[in-house]
Amino acid sequence: MAGLELLSDQGYRVDGRKAAELRKLRARMGVFGQADGSAYIEQGNTKALAVVYGPHEIRGGRSKALHDKALVNCQYSMATFSTGERKRRPHGDRKSTEMTLHLKQTFEAAIMTQLYPRSQIDIYVQILQADGGNYCACVNAATLAVINAGIPMKDYVCACSTGFIEDSPLVDLSYIEESTGGPQVALALLPKSEQIALLEMNGRLHEDHMERVVDAATKGCRDVYAVLDRIVREHMEEVSPTTLVGE
Amino acid sequence: MSIKKKGFKTVCIRNKSSTAERERKYCKWGEGGNRVTREDECETMLKSKTLLKRTRSGSVLKLVREHYLRDDIGCGSGRCDLAPCGESGSGSALQPDPPAHCSSLCPQPHYIVPDTNVVLHQIDILEDPMIQNVVILQTVLQEVRHRSAPVYKRIKDVINNAEKHFYTFTNEHHKDTYIEQEKGENANDRNDRAIRKAVEWYNDHIQKSLNDSAELQTILITNDRKNKELAEEAGLIAFTCEEYIKSLIASPELVDRLACISDLSNEIQSTKLIFPEHLPLSRIQQGLKSGKYIQGSFRANRDNYLEATVWLHGEEDENNEVLIQGLKNLNRAVHEDLVAVELLPKESWVAPSAVILQDEGQVDDEGEEEKESPFILLGVFSKATGKVVGVIKRNWRSYCGMLSKSQIKESTKHLFTPADRRIPRIRIETRQSSTLENQRIIVVIDGWPRNSRYPNGHFVKSLGNAGDKETETEVLLLEHDVPHQPFSQAVLSFLPKVPWIITKEDLKARKDLRHLDICSVDPPGCTDIDDALHCKELENGNLEVGVHIADVSHFIRPGNALDQEATNRGTTVYLCEKRIDMVPELLSSNLCSLKSNVERFAFSCIWEMSRNAEIISTVFTKSVINSKASLTYAEAQMRIDDESMNDNITMGLRRLNTLAKELKKKRVKMGALTLSSPEVRFHIDSETHDPIDLQTKELRETNSMVEEFMLLANISVAQKIYDEFSDCALLRKHPEPPPSNYGILVKAAASQGLEIHTDSAKALADSLDKAEVPGSPYLNTLLRILATRCMMQAVYFCSGMDTDFHHFGLASHIYTHFTSPIRRYSDIIVHRLLAVSINADCTYPDLMDKHKLQALCNNLNYRHKMAQYSQRASVAFHTQLFFKNQGIVDEAGYILFVKKNAIVVLIPKFGLEGTVFFEEKNKPTPDLHYNEEIPSLTVEGTTFKMFDKVIVTITLDSSNIQHQRIRMALVEPKFIVFGFNFPFKSPMFSSYN
Repeated sequence: MAGLELLSDQGYRVDGRKAAELRKLRARMGVFGQADGSAYIEQGNTKALAVVYGPHEIRGGRSKALHDKALVNCQYSMATFSTGERKRRPHGDRKSTEMTLHLKQTFEAAIMTQLYPRSQIDIYVQILQADGGNYCACVNAATLAVINAGIPMKDYVCACSTGFIEDSPLVDLSYIEESTGGPQVALALLPKSEQIALLEMNGRLHEDHMERVVDAATKGCRDVYAVLDRIVREHMEEVSPTTLVGE
Repeated sequence: MSIKKKGFKTVCIRNKSSTAERERKYCKWGEGGNRVTREDECETMLKSKTLLKRTRSGSVLKLVREHYLRDDIGCGSGRCDLAPCGESGSGSALQPDPPAHCSSLCPQPHYIVPDTNVVLHQIDILEDPMIQNVVILQTVLQEVRHRSAPVYKRIKDVINNAEKHFYTFTNEHHKDTYIEQEKGENANDRNDRAIRKAVEWYNDHIQKSLNDSAELQTILITNDRKNKELAEEAGLIAFTCEEYIKSLIASPELVDRLACISDLSNEIQSTKLIFPEHLPLSRIQQGLKSGKYIQGSFRANRDNYLEATVWLHGEEDENNEVLIQGLKNLNRAVHEDLVAVELLPKESWVAPSAVILQDEGQVDDEGEEEKESPFILLGVFSKATGKVVGVIKRNWRSYCGMLSKSQIKESTKHLFTPADRRIPRIRIETRQSSTLENQRIIVVIDGWPRNSRYPNGHFVKSLGNAGDKETETEVLLLEHDVPHQPFSQAVLSFLPKVPWIITKEDLKARKDLRHLDICSVDPPGCTDIDDALHCKELENGNLEVGVHIADVSHFIRPGNALDQEATNRGTTVYLCEKRIDMVPELLSSNLCSLKSNVERFAFSCIWEMSRNAEIISTVFTKSVINSKASLTYAEAQMRIDDESMNDNITMGLRRLNTLAKELKKKRVKMGALTLSSPEVRFHIDSETHDPIDLQTKELRETNSMVEEFMLLANISVAQKIYDEFSDCALLRKHPEPPPSNYGILVKAAASQGLEIHTDSAKALADSLDKAEVPGSPYLNTLLRILATRCMMQAVYFCSGMDTDFHHFGLASHIYTHFTSPIRRYSDIIVHRLLAVSINADCTYPDLMDKHKLQALCNNLNYRHKMAQYSQRASVAFHTQLFFKNQGIVDEAGYILFVKKNAIVVLIPKFGLEGTVFFEEKNKPTPDLHYNEEIPSLTVEGTTFKMFDKVIVTITLDSSNIQHQRIRMALVEPKFIVFGFNFPFKSPMFSSYN
């Protein structure tokens, strides 16, 4: 039995997308009343929930406080029912610790932390259904939640994963595409300035291909940006139709 | 990931928004981006598939997959100007105006849509240039992909051929042709329905797009009766493949190439079922799991059609073979199939029969009685014996061979005898039997029903008259899968422009070695010179030795068509009268060849050596050289021996020769083996290209001189690239043979009162050196020939994929091939790796990928093996031609092997090996006594032992054109001679370095 053909000669992927097309992306902001900011996102079958608290005083040890900027505290978790097989996932396993760290780095680069010295911003993200691109869905959800909380950021942070299969970069990988084991790049971008907030790669990729892959990921991030921006504007229209400002 | 189709369930999810990418597209069509219409349209565009799967550990896994539908997929007809088709780039694969009136069934111009089974079984027809304008549906392509990898590759080649006008329609993702599986409908029915739906859509679509009155139709080709009926109900035009092909006016001969798929209901059931049923795959898998059955690849016995072995995968120990005997137990397995076997109870285990038996069966099934092989032996020598219970995967290819015409004049069914003896005869149907009778033809197997003694097949093409040198060479190349078509334009376009000149930039990047006295030493008539040598004295008393190898990787850049072609060919194949080049002649015989007195690019390996051949330092560099002389081995030897010659080149050669002797001494001390194999060379008439004389190759000191330095260069380079790229170096290893391989050698030596130690390479080498018996000078060579046959095959591998690097024959801990890049692709890769490691070139992705490199190694190993086989076959054919002209010859020879009913004789003068039989059909069997221990054979009181000297008469037997044979008959020692029946066996060549 031959394995799955991830990219056909006609240029279609297993689910019918072309190499540079994203999955269907939809999102809602302000899903919880209690939190300062929250958002729910669906990227294809990957579904994530993000909640933001803060900025508030440092909780726990005072010693953690930074005198010139806010502390960004992140927590990533996956629901037990998020994958095909039901599995208990204790907090603080290696995978989610790593992901937590990545999220922290990403948002430290985007949030204007210098405005809130000696305070703390909490970002909690949970994957409700995992179908590839978990990190990206988390970043995109968290961006919306941070915006929803009214915390100033330099720009949106948009993230998009890109794989490299059969000599062409594939954008926004689904689980089956990820599980083939090819190299995979996750890029978090501040789209207006095109600054990279985080770039992570697993697997080996020859340097000749790197540029193409990053270009594809950048384009993917910009596409994500277009959608997120629309969602934010629609949300604003709903909440307070009069305050919407132009570009 | 394998998906059980049973669990498929499709659910429609209604969604509201879409991605940015998608959105823009809708804006284009939905006027002004009207949101309401856009979302309505979106709702139907996303489907999701949910499937349940059982994991290995037994738990149930639920998978959900998205399935996007699109409206931007074109129909592929160049004529269509409807929205998506006109816009998309790939829109004109099909001809806008397919030729009309080519079929009597459908006079209008039309496109053809074949279903899966038609593609799978009638790929030969689809490949014919006559068949054009075919739409291959994605559904069909996917099914073909799952069911047969070779057919999938072939159909893809056809699709990529622009002249064939094939188009792949991605129907599963098209919004109008996607269908969901209905309740109670199985996957096959659903796919058939999808195919019909696509055909229906094509008809509608084309009608819509065509304003003019020209009728353009789309025809479904299916052999499935139910599918055809349903299609006709739905108002579609559907034909079976046979109907359609028969209706083609221009090419009636295509009918012969139709695969005969036995439609069981139509066939008159033969009363007798010859074979037991094959088990279904599910039961085989169960059996494999429980250990009841074993899986392995089926290897038919070349000499006995009633015997085969099944080679088990993944078992390292000795017992990795199962013996199969008898027609029923073989159960329709064909050579190279992947089969499941069941072991027989121990008491019915048998020994492999040492008998040679050929299938001389009659044309009809009826007269054939199941003969049980009478040679079943019980006892200590019996091996694991089993029977084939099912075939897991057929590995049928196309076979060359000849037609054995049926005795009935009007019959259209004939038997086809393949050239490869391991393949059974095939029954084919043709109306051209009289023209094909004396031709070499290609045939493909279609199936093997239980009631048929032979498999059914169909004719593919004819190669030409049997016995013609060109035809025979073609057969030989085809049978050994040697790519030998002329180089395509795409390949040639990557050649450097002539006249080729060396530019200043080139010189800057390379070391200028043009002043050195470099010369090359090769066999006479060699035009692809890939190595040259030099040696000079240094001021400190040491010697500088340089090996200069043609810099082929400078001309062949990674990834282009030229490189791909060379990768596929893997090696240059040297036949007796011609050479099948790996790279085009401009490179192989001119620009890369290190000819004398022209400037050429080289990759040089330069050592500083002490007088007793210790390496002091090694330098690798790209260089420009100017060879001062191209010598043959004989010329070089003459120069060395001629004391009156004292020019620089000769002096250099003498120094090299002295060093080489030192090197060899060291190598032998380490335990390197010197083996032997009879090699022959033909003198070929320049006019008729017939062989006029035959001589064994002579070995001079200079041969060994060149060899020593090549080995040294290879070892140095291997070490260097392995140090630099421990994960992806291309190396060559030669595994140590298992002790059991030496059995025959030890026995044979013991029969002559000699002792051979096989515990290590060194012990083997030493005991071979000591094995001399006064009075029989050739004995030592014979022992070495036998020892060669005990050896394993040396193979290429990627260093990241293996841990054992040892080269047994050369007693080196690491080895690779660096010195012949013109004729071996492995050397080109090694050149590239070495160039990267000295910063002379840059790397590229595939070079650093160990899995791709290992795949490449596997191909190279295969090509090398096939090249060797085809070389042997070519020598065999030329030997036959030679003896055809010679008439009857008496020659002295030695017995190489003793079999139960025959002896194998080697004639050193011709390097020829043949079998002398002592029994034949329709003749009384002489009194034979076989003693397995010695081994010896006593025939009517005369005893034959291994290495005995005999005299035989050699003649050519042309009674069977397909298999002309060299006949050997005993002259001495004399006894009553019977008729003989000898298959000709070519001499075994070995290349172990």
